[in-house]
Amino acid sequence: MGERGTQGDDSMLTTQVLDVERIRAEFPMLSSRMNGHPLVYLDNAATTQKPRAVIDRLVHFYEKEYATVRRGVYTFSQDSTRECDLVREKCREFLNAAKSSEIIFTRGTTEAINLVVSAFGRKFLKKGDTVILSTIEHHSNLVPWQQLCEEKGLTLKVIPVDDRGELLLEEYKKLLSARASMVAVTHVSNALGTVNPIGEIVKLAHEAGAWVLIDGAQGAPHLEVDVRALDCDFYCFSGHKIYGPTGVGVLYAKEKHLEAMDPYHFGGDMIETVTFEKTTFTKPPHKFEAGTPPFAEIIALGPAIDTIETLGFESIAAHEQELLEYAARRLREVPGLRLIGEAKEKASVISFVMEGTHPHDIGTVLDQEGIAIRAGHHCAQPTMRRFGVAATARASFAFYNTKEEVDKLVSGLYKVVEIFR
Amino acid sequence: MTTMPTPKPGAGGWPEPVEVKLDDLYQEVILDHNRRPRNYGKLPEANAYSHGVNPLCGDDYHLYLLVDEKGIIQKVRFEGQGCAISKSSASIMTTVVEGKSAGEAETLKEAFIGLLTKEGVSEAERSRAGRLKVFEGVKQFPIRVKCATLAWHALEDALKTK
Repeated sequence: MGERGTQGDDSMLTTQVLDVERIRAEFPMLSSRMNGHPLVYLDNAATTQKPRAVIDRLVHFYEKEYATVRRGVYTFSQDSTRECDLVREKCREFLNAAKSSEIIFTRGTTEAINLVVSAFGRKFLKKGDTVILSTIEHHSNLVPWQQLCEEKGLTLKVIPVDDRGELLLEEYKKLLSARASMVAVTHVSNALGTVNPIGEIVKLAHEAGAWVLIDGAQGAPHLEVDVRALDCDFYCFSGHKIYGPTGVGVLYAKEKHLEAMDPYHFGGDMIETVTFEKTTFTKPPHKFEAGTPPFAEIIALGPAIDTIETLGFESIAAHEQELLEYAARRLREVPGLRLIGEAKEKASVISFVMEGTHPHDIGTVLDQEGIAIRAGHHCAQPTMRRFGVAATARASFAFYNTKEEVDKLVSGLYKVVEIFR
Repeated sequence: MTTMPTPKPGAGGWPEPVEVKLDDLYQEVILDHNRRPRNYGKLPEANAYSHGVNPLCGDDYHLYLLVDEKGIIQKVRFEGQGCAISKSSASIMTTVVEGKSAGEAETLKEAFIGLLTKEGVSEAERSRAGRLKVFEGVKQFPIRVKCATLAWHALEDALKTK
């Protein structure tokens, strides 16, 4: 991997330039073909491809180490337990949490949010309280809160966005003044790519006495997170969006909240003593992890985090931002194409519509060229409504994508223009 | 002796790549109806109506019918938005069901859905679908079948409101 800026006047700048070719070779799926073409995978906001390290970890664990966690007295089970604990510690470091007991393993971001809604929101939010979301939430950070609002008689308020897709912080401040108790906002919009100013959002919320949950599903893959500096009450992300396995995610919550919250699910592993008269519950994190966890996936999340840490967020961001700028410039050349969401701070997500052509037709034509993009409402219907479209096409880039792939996307879009003109 | 199955492509193992052709999907007739949908707009005198939505992709159409006392569909109009397949299917549907009875429309719908979803469609079944055969290529794109059938399900719903 070469270095940028080691020559000339900027020799002090040492952001590592990613050796994308070698990185790609570590992702077996990237050498697949789709419909007769080399796969151009641009649906990373939905899910990311897996490095060999993650796949090998899974296979090795299943073939040579497999045994349950936290139950067996035999060696293999103790080893599994230790491996899981190590990944919990790795997640703590990844988010810079104070204690690894503040890391709860969930099935993903959706479950993490549902956990907070049920175990925290249901207990601590009272009739008349306000829950504040933003216009550009994924349904998974909207529907659970909406259900809670209906159930408990809470008021749901929404931070508006401007035409570029940036939150209007002045409006947010006004909403906070009216008995706000909970603010739940996404770190990065999955549909537009907007990076929200979560530091300021948390600060303002805390000044107003509100708790804050940050949906990090789209943040964790692109941006360094420091939950202690951020001081958020909850942060969550999904393993499969940070190059890890499916079926595992992380909820970070401040220790004091985890102590105060009631359990989410009941069953094995989360108890202290059980009699038919009464059950007492164990301490966090296990209090929130009933049943046998997806321990193989948890263990294989380790090398996914290692991958990101090794490449480094600075280098990842430099590469992804370069792709984003290049893609935005090239896409604007395509006749009738309009970008949706042009916030100043964006992650490598680019949403667009084409005059007279539905995003699904764009998706189908690109599919035939071996290009995988997302087409639809991206589980963010209110975002679509805000921008007056039913759906968009979305290309989302990871550190393994290249400018050549952006070029192929653009050629594919010219084909779309040709077919539907 | 029974043994373990060996995973192999296609037979209960991983999926085998299937070659599909884009031209089969986006036939000229389909593209034409997408560009210039027929019977597009509202129908103030409608006496049957439905709203067809495909929540997954956001296809969204309103269907208006004027059905006479004998149950014959006298006029059809539709409006809304969606992909080329859903829009052209709605457009072509309006042109084939006008003048048909509810029963005949139902038969056409069955023939159409069969054409797109059934294995080994017979020649007789194909010919029953008539002009709707232009959508046969959609079958190679399973995810798009619901786009093609949306308007037909909306028609069924609308006829129930009469």
